[in-house]
Amino acid sequence: MKRLRKILTWAALSAFAVAFIYPFIWLLSASFKPRSEVFDHRILPETFTFDNYIRVWQEAPLALWMFNTLLVTALAAVTVTITSAMVAWGFAYFRFPGRGALFGVLLATMMLPGAVTMVPVFLIWNSLGMVGTLTPLWAQNLFGSAFYIFLLRQFFMGLPREPFEAAKIDGANNWTIFTRMALPLCRPAVVVTLLFEFQAAWTDLMRPLIYLRDSSTFTVPRGLKALLDQFGFGGEWHWEIVMTASVITTIPMIILFFLGQKHFVKGIATTGSKG
Amino acid sequence: MRFIETRAALLFISPWILGFLIFTAWPVINSAYLSLTDYDVINDPSFIGFDNYVTLFQDPKVGLALRNTFLFTVMSVPTQLVVSLGLALLLNSATKATGFFRTAFFLPKMTPPVAVGILLLMLFNGQNGLINSFLGVFGIDGPAWTTDPDWVKPGLVLMSLWTVGSSVVIILAALRGVPQELYDSALVDGAGWWKRTLRITVPMISPTLFFLFIVDSINALQSFTEAYTAFFGAGNTTYSNDAALFYAIYLFQQAFEFLHMGYASALAWLLFIVIMAITGVQILVTRRFVHYEGGNS
Repeated sequence: MKRLRKILTWAALSAFAVAFIYPFIWLLSASFKPRSEVFDHRILPETFTFDNYIRVWQEAPLALWMFNTLLVTALAAVTVTITSAMVAWGFAYFRFPGRGALFGVLLATMMLPGAVTMVPVFLIWNSLGMVGTLTPLWAQNLFGSAFYIFLLRQFFMGLPREPFEAAKIDGANNWTIFTRMALPLCRPAVVVTLLFEFQAAWTDLMRPLIYLRDSSTFTVPRGLKALLDQFGFGGEWHWEIVMTASVITTIPMIILFFLGQKHFVKGIATTGSKG
Repeated sequence: MRFIETRAALLFISPWILGFLIFTAWPVINSAYLSLTDYDVINDPSFIGFDNYVTLFQDPKVGLALRNTFLFTVMSVPTQLVVSLGLALLLNSATKATGFFRTAFFLPKMTPPVAVGILLLMLFNGQNGLINSFLGVFGIDGPAWTTDPDWVKPGLVLMSLWTVGSSVVIILAALRGVPQELYDSALVDGAGWWKRTLRITVPMISPTLFFLFIVDSINALQSFTEAYTAFFGAGNTTYSNDAALFYAIYLFQQAFEFLHMGYASALAWLLFIVIMAITGVQILVTRRFVHYEGGNS
């Protein structure tokens, strides 16, 4: 009976795992098929070809898109992590009048749907002449982000105070205490923040849709949407091109996951329990 | 001493205060003002009172977008919760290769939403998509998921199940936190698997389920990317995309395709009110089913 249950559990898990992984395999396989065989649903292509990859490379400034995305993503992740950690430390370590109220405001901003600020924020960047550049995609991160501040503060709050007080008596200033002691101690949370923001910035479509006009400034997801509109819907129905570009857009995220798997899983589990 | 500590704290949190003033507080005020104007970015805003809000209630597309968004939310949030709970329970009772299975379930979550939108078009293609070919094996003639208005939303819901990975991870973490003693004493009492799951597991992890229910609903009410990718954008005129017109998509179109900044701001405030109202009702209705260890607070 117990054995039967074990086998059933295992069979069910395997079936679901196949269902979750199969779309990746299907997509990857399609990217190596000629146009006429894309929808034949064979796992291994009957005719194996690299033509789609060459064609995507010729049709789209893919290297440029990759570079733009990498730039935006790196700037977004690094700035948001540094500033959010600073702010989180400010809220976690110091005691000052109005701390609770200010933190309440911070939590309240997380409840505000992005749609409310979307138009006025666009108008700010527009008045600065930045629409059409990559700046609006990351520069807001210079000011930290409520979600990460919350996450990092939780972590900082878990640290014992005594070592910091001792360092202070030894003459260390606040900045040294933050960068040399607090930050290294909460490395896992810092890594989680970097990974989460890297993923968020890499996969974002809405902001590139709002702010980017010229194809040479596109990020990879924005470029993928353009390729879909051109080759998918544009009367040509070259789905093999669109699928190949989808593979290229997705692979960096898969690599990112395997590089930081433990941190991703832990980070997400914490988000849920702290909610 | 007190003063010095306050000054240091303010220095540390000053980036957020600045950012809050520039990118939240001012935009909120400006958005409220803009919602009372007619503004196309090129000409100065002209004050028109509550006209945008009146228009909003007469605009058939607003009704359509709200209906689409509600239907999608009502269909997708409970299915996502049930599926992720099921997968987490399975994972929790497995003894071998749990790491592999967890990775398998989580990996789709890494896919950029724009690629998820494209996969939706490919997998759910009515003529030769993978889903309908699979259904064909069982002799089922699958619907035209991506073109039949009645099937567009169910397709989007099914596709959204592919990315439940993060919920699975969150629920699994909660399951691991349920004390084993509770199960041991239930086993002594002879309670079966179903009884233990319904009487012990689900109540013990109900705060997590409640959290996911609220957060998933807020996100579903603002869904944009997958549906926009698959059914909107330049050149995409062949699809009957009314069925996929979500509220966030309509707002985006009004703001950045038609440059109706004033109207879009009014739309944004309606969305804010709708989300607050729905979240409020959800909290009121579901709170009593949530069990907190150590008393409700």
